[in-house]
Amino acid sequence: MSGSPYAPNTETDTSEMLDAVGVSDVEALFDIPEPVRFDGDFDIESRSEPAVLNMVSDMLGNNDDLTEFLGRGYYDHYVPSVVDRLSLRSEFLTSYTQYQPEVTQGFLQALFEYQSILVELTGLPVANASMYDAASGLAEAALLASRIRDADGTDVLVPEYVREERVSVLENYVAGHDINVKRVGTADGTLDIDALTAAVDEDTLMVYAESPTTRGTIEEHLAEIGEIAHENDAMFAVASDPVAMSILEAPGDLGADVVVGDAVLGMPNAYGMGLGIFATRDDYLRHVPGRLIGIGEDQDGKRAFTLTLQTREQHIRRERATSNICTNQAWVALRTAIHAASLGPDGLVDLAEQMVELPRDLAAQLDALPGIEAPVHDRHHFREFVARTEAPASEIAADLEDEGFAVQAVDDHELQFTVTETNEHAVDDLLAAVEEVVA
Amino acid sequence: MRHYDQARFHDDEGPEYEPLLSEKFGTEQAVEDTPLPDELTRDSLELPAPAEPELSRHYVRLSQQNYAIETGPYPLGSCTMKFNPPFTEDVAADPNGMVHPDRPGETIQGNLELLYTLQEYLAEIGGMDAVTLQPPAGAAGEFTGNRIAAAYHEANGEGHRSEVVVPDTAHGTNPASAAMAGYDVVEIPSGDDGRVELDALEAAVGEDTALFMLTNPNTLGLFERDIEDIAEIVHEAGGLVYYDGANLNALLGRARPGDMGYDIMHYNVHKTFATPHGGGGPGAGPVGVVDELTEFLPTPQVREQDDGDGYELFEPAQTIGKVHNYQGNWLVLIKAMAYIARLGDEGLCATSANAVLNANYLATQIDLDIPFEPFHHEFVASAGDLDASDMAKRMLDFGVHPPTTKWPEIVSQALMTEPTEGESKETLDLLAEAFNAAKTSDEEALSSAPHRTTARRIDQADAARNPRLSWQALEEN
Repeated sequence: MSGSPYAPNTETDTSEMLDAVGVSDVEALFDIPEPVRFDGDFDIESRSEPAVLNMVSDMLGNNDDLTEFLGRGYYDHYVPSVVDRLSLRSEFLTSYTQYQPEVTQGFLQALFEYQSILVELTGLPVANASMYDAASGLAEAALLASRIRDADGTDVLVPEYVREERVSVLENYVAGHDINVKRVGTADGTLDIDALTAAVDEDTLMVYAESPTTRGTIEEHLAEIGEIAHENDAMFAVASDPVAMSILEAPGDLGADVVVGDAVLGMPNAYGMGLGIFATRDDYLRHVPGRLIGIGEDQDGKRAFTLTLQTREQHIRRERATSNICTNQAWVALRTAIHAASLGPDGLVDLAEQMVELPRDLAAQLDALPGIEAPVHDRHHFREFVARTEAPASEIAADLEDEGFAVQAVDDHELQFTVTETNEHAVDDLLAAVEEVVA
Repeated sequence: MRHYDQARFHDDEGPEYEPLLSEKFGTEQAVEDTPLPDELTRDSLELPAPAEPELSRHYVRLSQQNYAIETGPYPLGSCTMKFNPPFTEDVAADPNGMVHPDRPGETIQGNLELLYTLQEYLAEIGGMDAVTLQPPAGAAGEFTGNRIAAAYHEANGEGHRSEVVVPDTAHGTNPASAAMAGYDVVEIPSGDDGRVELDALEAAVGEDTALFMLTNPNTLGLFERDIEDIAEIVHEAGGLVYYDGANLNALLGRARPGDMGYDIMHYNVHKTFATPHGGGGPGAGPVGVVDELTEFLPTPQVREQDDGDGYELFEPAQTIGKVHNYQGNWLVLIKAMAYIARLGDEGLCATSANAVLNANYLATQIDLDIPFEPFHHEFVASAGDLDASDMAKRMLDFGVHPPTTKWPEIVSQALMTEPTEGESKETLDLLAEAFNAAKTSDEEALSSAPHRTTARRIDQADAARNPRLSWQALEEN
């Protein structure tokens, strides 16, 4: 029967199987009432493997070849070849959730190690095995806050610098709950402490901050923000990323109750696909969303890894579960762990230092050009910064596109530039193009 | 008996496990002389630093201690873990598709065309009018569907509808997703035949009903033959009907949720279209809707430009907003698109035919009671007097992965089995042998299984009582 290259039964197999089942035709096995049957014509042509490769390659070839200086939460870091080579091993790539830990020790250990790397980077003792992205992490943090907080607070305070897309995901997640998202002012690229002090009160459920921020600044007042939150009995959530946390003081040591973010390591620039991180304090362990890998003993007394605290999860608690996460980003977490381990602490710190130096240099060079000032915020920057332009930013961005560069206009006269080790080589050409289009 | 050998490293004398990275390579690195002020930076970074050859051996050894579809069958009912053609990895690795998510639409016509093509494929396969590709997982799709239902009712002045109805056989994510969207969950018991009982449904739905969530075939593998009446009852009450796509594998090319009266559905493209979801993810959970709900889809959507000259992103008029920071799990979407393009009509229909035949054949070879039938791509057997978990552990000794155990709960000691179309008769016979050998094992063999795996049976209760979730925690103990 087959008819699919991925169904191995031969004609002989099929007829033996039909005999065993006691029917003459496979159609007899479909218990579908006539009115809802479908005749099976989707008008989708069957293609050979090379034909599909060509089809997709032709399609994606229609993308413009631009050198990107884009960021605002999603960054391109070079992924060492060893990450692909190891993570694409079929024992990893084609495995499933570790419901039978006795035969999935390898993946469980890799995820346990991933959790451990996150514990070190965040400064918090509990990290889950993945979120979809930073936005879902932030949203789950708000839901966590509403579960653990005794008081009646309902407000989640979010700085104005946070990406609208991230806030939109948060608003969707909290829409069915008694939680309000309120924006707090930004001052010179970081949270406005005065505005926060004015906004926070007994209704505050959670205070959120980012470092680095969406505008590329390092938030210098995390400890102070955390104190303001805690004085009002609110939870404090911080977004960061593994590269930044390799050099910055760990958010957990500065009072963060939850750390979320995009993992940044492990994936190439994949049109926004990545991995969300989530870490928190021991106190909140039993309220953590998503999967957790723990260590235990097998019956021989040997150390073994297993999914743990599963009574939080939806296959047991259903509507009372800590989250609905089932299929998660496990394979990306594996890649992130391999990437982090391949860099090691030296490599991570070196990379992080570059992420401070590269934007500093680029900003200074842009600032030297007429018609553009950079950076607009007198702050320490990480990977990116905002520049002020005399001409409308959208026009400059469009002109730069014609020159082969993608940069983002973030306001009428603001452009944002992101530079990492993957586009550093094109900085001189970018500067030449900017000089030409702003002149 | 032949074995898919998972026990490469377990013997009485050999090493029990691969050391942790931290145990093998130690940790610690001082952070000094950075380009930032000291008060902003950490003092040290304690992580292992393996050289690349050591790193490679570590992860290769871990991979060898891991079961996967390319090492053996995975008959996990409702999880649909099947063979994933490797060429889709090459398709997804196309560097031209690796763009930043903030790129303007006119500069990434290739990505938009691929997304549009997949939207069209999925709409056609599901009998839906429009599809969003943004949800990054099946459960995220369920959540998105719940939010769309809420927005729809709100727009119609029916924001008071506060309940989502699910059958007791529903996947656990259904009630969890509904609760996350703020709904009260009303569970209805299945009828004696394992299907939705119309009287119970009628009694449960009313002016508070926002949504009824139902997979079809249901999780017992049974087709809900009354689906047209079910849809009518829910619609009469003013609710919407939601299709959980986890079992779509069984229906490909045979029936379409849209034709059955469903208003919203999600597709588990990683299951139905066999995108690898290594270690449990990522997958993707696109959501399809009928015409009257398209305005509520997440933003942005992709459409053809009016002049027919390319594709554009747009915001649906009454969009619920976003459910992923960017565009969802792009690499998974490429693989799903490539898989569908490879199979085409013929392959998609063959998928359901082979999946259903394989399940029915396997069931005839197993000496266990299967209380509900006729089933499609999966069936639920009962371990009878035996503990289903013991059976599962014992099956590991025979080199195969066991089915989903102890669920759904309406079958005592359930073994929920889904062989998928990807297994040969030879493998199905091997699986049946494992079932039957496990069933006839003596009590000692059952209770002490597994015996020849990397780890022996793990005390999960103790692991949960005394959580150690990092190597740092391990050092503290």
